Amino acid sequence: MDLYTETILDHYQNPHHVGELVDHSVRVVEHNPVCGDKIQLDLIIKNGAVSDLAFVGDGCAISQAAMSLLTDEVKGKKISVLKKMVPAKIYDLLHVPISPGRVKCALLGYVALENALKSVKKK
Amino acid sequence: MKNNILKQFPILKRKINGKSLVYLDNASTSQKPLVVLQALQKYYSTTNANVHRGIHTLSEEATEQFENVRAKVAKFINAKTEEIVFTKNATESLNCVAVSWGRLHIKKDDEIIVSGLEHHANLVPWQELAKEKKAKLKIIPLTKDYLLDIKAYEFLLSKKTKLVCITAQSNVTGSLVPVKKIVSLAHKFGAKVVVDGAQSVGHRVTDVKNSDCDFLAFSAHKMLGPTGVGVLYIKRALMDEMTPYMYGGDMVETVGQEEATYHRGYMKFEAGTPNIADVIAFGSALDYLTSVGLDVITAHDKELLAYAKQCFSKYSAVKIFSPAKIEHCGGVLSFTIDGVHPHDIATIFDQEGVAIRSGLHCAEPLVRRLGVSTTARMSFYLYNTKHDVDVAEKALKKVFAIFKIKN
Repeated sequence: MDLYTETILDHYQNPHHVGELVDHSVRVVEHNPVCGDKIQLDLIIKNGAVSDLAFVGDGCAISQAAMSLLTDEVKGKKISVLKKMVPAKIYDLLHVPISPGRVKCALLGYVALENALKSVKKK
Repeated sequence: MKNNILKQFPILKRKINGKSLVYLDNASTSQKPLVVLQALQKYYSTTNANVHRGIHTLSEEATEQFENVRAKVAKFINAKTEEIVFTKNATESLNCVAVSWGRLHIKKDDEIIVSGLEHHANLVPWQELAKEKKAKLKIIPLTKDYLLDIKAYEFLLSKKTKLVCITAQSNVTGSLVPVKKIVSLAHKFGAKVVVDGAQSVGHRVTDVKNSDCDFLAFSAHKMLGPTGVGVLYIKRALMDEMTPYMYGGDMVETVGQEEATYHRGYMKFEAGTPNIADVIAFGSALDYLTSVGLDVITAHDKELLAYAKQCFSKYSAVKIFSPAKIEHCGGVLSFTIDGVHPHDIATIFDQEGVAIRSGLHCAEPLVRRLGVSTTARMSFYLYNTKHDVDVAEKALKKVFAIFKIKN
């Protein structure tokens, strides 16, 4: 088993879409109280799709790489499509075995996105 | 430590990810020696019955064995047998003080002092009590060396202080607390002192008569005993100024249809069937600790801690959160590596068979005070060896390699 693949380390050490978007349509902050991992995710929604997004995070390689990989996946996609995305998608993106103890790490970004999309609807 | 100690812990033969287990998570829970496992089996195979009730032989034997452990616990911390209450863990013991003593004695505008070193178990019950009673919570700050600032503590004490809640040893930094001094200063103002001994009682000699603390809480599972057994020492005179913690069978004297009267003394805090088997097995753990000798264990912890600090402080990317002098520390070492999250450190250590803890260690305010999001933590006990530290250092080098960390 090799959890720390080149892909994961690359996304952890040089994450994609890092930062804050001043003109964000939604902003969510997600915590994992057990390990202290944290992600702030900003989305800009235009015409029912995520036109841009950015995140600021502090956490383990798995949680941060998963978020970074997810941002590449999400950008430009329609909300209706993204709402159908299942957690298994994250495991596909990470492409390493995730033990039960690391599930919350792997899915932190997914949960942040899920909550962000929910709050889009409310607006 | 001698081979015969290692032989007492069958779990140490386990392989983890193909490597020999190196168990360095003793501040979370300790492993269990054969004598404890055998005591459990023996009790359930030969004696199992409920205590304090039956007239039949098994019940009398179970009661005798159970009550013998109360006497052993008392001797272990130099208390009287009737000052020992069994709970399910140190957390429940501390909650019992908050509920049974705190609700009667803490009033509006009273002050409760806690320290910046506390585990959530010795912080959150006091936050809640203070909130409920509109009392104030005061925090003893730390020095730059991760020790309690005693001068600041003296400044916080006043006639308003009713309770001081203090750990004997931090589970994050290993910082030792001068409990006797804390108690004598508090008593000058008439305040009571509750000590969280979870990290301490299984690692160094505890003497409640000498420290003169009013309450002491600890858990069996951190000192070779089974999970599910905690101890609360209560100074005898204080028991009569406390309400029961839970209500039900075993803690009552007489029960009428409309109301009941309760036992005095320790029995009023033990409602329902207690954790008989695990308490009895805890007695075997105490015998074993006594036979090895707590002074020997204290010295062994310190030797391993000093060695681990020496091995880990060689690397510039490693930051250690530990008092400078070994005499101020228990066998706990928290550290971080620049550029690597503690969770990933723990995962890579695990790949090498080394069990360490990462995270907030149920001490979030303290970890925040250290200025980091979380830490990785190694903690030692009598069955650990210098070889274990060497394996941990090898795992550390693997972390550097994977994350391309330069030292």
